[in-house]
Amino acid sequence: MTIGGAVREPPLQDTNQMDAFKKHTGLVTVLDLPNVDTDQIIPKQFLKRIERTGFGQFLFFDWRFLDGGKPNAEFEMNQPRYNGASILVTRANFGCGSSREHAPWALLDYGIRCLIAPSFADIFFNNCFKNGMLPIRLPEPQVEELFQRVRRTPGYQLTVDLDRKKISSNDGIDWPFDVDDFRRHCLLNGLDDIGLTLQQEAKINAYEATHSEIAPLVK
Amino acid sequence: MAPRTLFEKIWDAHVVHAEVGQPTLLYIDRHLVHEVTSPQAFEGLRLAGRRVRRPELTYATMDHNVPTTDRSRPIEDPISAQQMKVLADNCREFGVTLFDLSSPDQGIVHVIGPELGITLPGQTIVCGDSHTSTHGAFGALAFGIGTSEVEHVLATQCLLQDKPKTFLIEVNGRRPYGVEAKDIILSIIGQIGTGGGTGMVIEYGGETIRSLTMEERMTVCNMSIEGGAKAGLIAPDEKTFAYLKGRRYAPQGKEFENAVAVWKQLCTDSGARFDRTLRIDAATISPQVTWGTNPGQVVPVDGRVPDPAEFRDADARKSAERALDYMGLRPRTPITEIPVDRVFIGSCTNSRIEDLRRVAGFVKGRRVNTSVYAMIVPGSQHVKHQAEEEGLHRVFTEAGFDWRESGCSMCLGMNPDTLKPGERCASTSNRNFEGRQGKGGRTHLVSPLMAAAAAVEGHFVDVRKYERNKD
Repeated sequence: MTIGGAVREPPLQDTNQMDAFKKHTGLVTVLDLPNVDTDQIIPKQFLKRIERTGFGQFLFFDWRFLDGGKPNAEFEMNQPRYNGASILVTRANFGCGSSREHAPWALLDYGIRCLIAPSFADIFFNNCFKNGMLPIRLPEPQVEELFQRVRRTPGYQLTVDLDRKKISSNDGIDWPFDVDDFRRHCLLNGLDDIGLTLQQEAKINAYEATHSEIAPLVK
Repeated sequence: MAPRTLFEKIWDAHVVHAEVGQPTLLYIDRHLVHEVTSPQAFEGLRLAGRRVRRPELTYATMDHNVPTTDRSRPIEDPISAQQMKVLADNCREFGVTLFDLSSPDQGIVHVIGPELGITLPGQTIVCGDSHTSTHGAFGALAFGIGTSEVEHVLATQCLLQDKPKTFLIEVNGRRPYGVEAKDIILSIIGQIGTGGGTGMVIEYGGETIRSLTMEERMTVCNMSIEGGAKAGLIAPDEKTFAYLKGRRYAPQGKEFENAVAVWKQLCTDSGARFDRTLRIDAATISPQVTWGTNPGQVVPVDGRVPDPAEFRDADARKSAERALDYMGLRPRTPITEIPVDRVFIGSCTNSRIEDLRRVAGFVKGRRVNTSVYAMIVPGSQHVKHQAEEEGLHRVFTEAGFDWRESGCSMCLGMNPDTLKPGERCASTSNRNFEGRQGKGGRTHLVSPLMAAAAAVEGHFVDVRKYERNKD
């Protein structure tokens, strides 16, 4: 294990093409804690890398590993039955604290494409969509129900259909979920925000022609 | 036009393009950049062959990683040094102003923005850092963004944003001795919880807020994010304008007067509607100490560590149990009986000159307890020099504090300033998350005055007991 985030040659990744998210079926893992902050998702000693990739090995580092680097058997996600999971079910206010986009980068690099929780912190929620990941808000009782089903059934899988806005499973779950239409459209098509905004360049030019950054006029 | 809140006025003035069912394209007036959350954004620009659209609205500094020891020595951590070099290279390549380690203007991004007059009322300000909410103290709409959004702003000077909701927090009444701006905001977070402001912009109002100095207002707005809010702001007034007058990047002379005339319109109209309102009586606020591992886990200093068994909510109970275990605390322990090993005075929350003056006023003639290692890290080089001009550094060093160079330091422990496992720290920073100040470190968030008193006594103290001795 590389500790301290040794600088590697950056794998060149075209940031202008985001992976599309349409329909995803995957193994579900759980993290049974509310208010998980981004300092826990990716501790600060790993923020010194200058690339977007390679953070998965540091995900939940202080929880996943004991001193000396051995996996912590008491950390639920470490159970072999969750190996290869791509959907994370967790509790309220996930991703609070620091704005570090290293948090979704670490989750994605670990293999997580979709997160389900009663609520997410704003910046984290937003950062997920920028990386082709889908955070889904579900009411507390449904999240609790998922916890129970996942724990009861090794190998538990969910299918997340973004096009139909539905979550389903082999054991009878068929739940709708809400997602902002624009964000859904961007994810389904792998659209890049910067490219979209640059299509509005004439409007930006026009705005700048009359706008003062020193004292923006109250309109 | 219907009455609008301050937030809505700033929002409306920055709409480049709005379409139903889509996020609004919002113009950004100031973009602040630092070494940790920007390298991937600049790399993205390079890969796409894009430039920085408005480099003259973009300012960079090095703060998160920087050592706070002697600046004349080379940086020992090669990875930190690399990240700083990458920022310097990027700023040169893309034409962005950089306040690097050798600059007399270097400091924590949220300290130097206001200090240099980069931050102005009515602006939209973003930075790849959640404590960007600090700049809301000037009546700006300021919020933290992720690295993809940093790249977006660099490339377009705009952001796609959904309109947040509005939350008015009004604080009225007389603030008792020993109750600082930090205690006001900690007490607010204790009430609303760490997710209480999610999806909202908070406007702080009321006579107590208006009575705060600009630096105190920055402390309050700084921690808006710890309540989950997108931003926090305070309507600008004569104090705001007086603070900004003559600052280097603020408008000068006639241009300044013209700007003030515009800035004076930045207030919430009477009759404007907020999505949520909370009223607080300042007289009921005590000095605060966090006992847990998020900023909402906080009690008055004359209180006790709570008993998790008394939490009715299952999530809150589970959090409290886990927090007490991590913090090495027993339920019902009086806060004033908790000893501290370390004291950290610094961070974008509390590292400005007024913070240092209050600390100096308290520790003059007193000594740091022999059981405590205490450090003071000024927020910027300007704060440091001002403190040294006033002789505060001598007060600190004579009392036994370590006096450092400027940076984020032990607020997040990315540089060598960290806690050892099990060490307990009274800290003026903003986050008491597990491991935030070093793996296994135990952080209690407090005001600068409370931190100074803990340094002297070796445990938490109710600073109100010194009232009769104050000059």
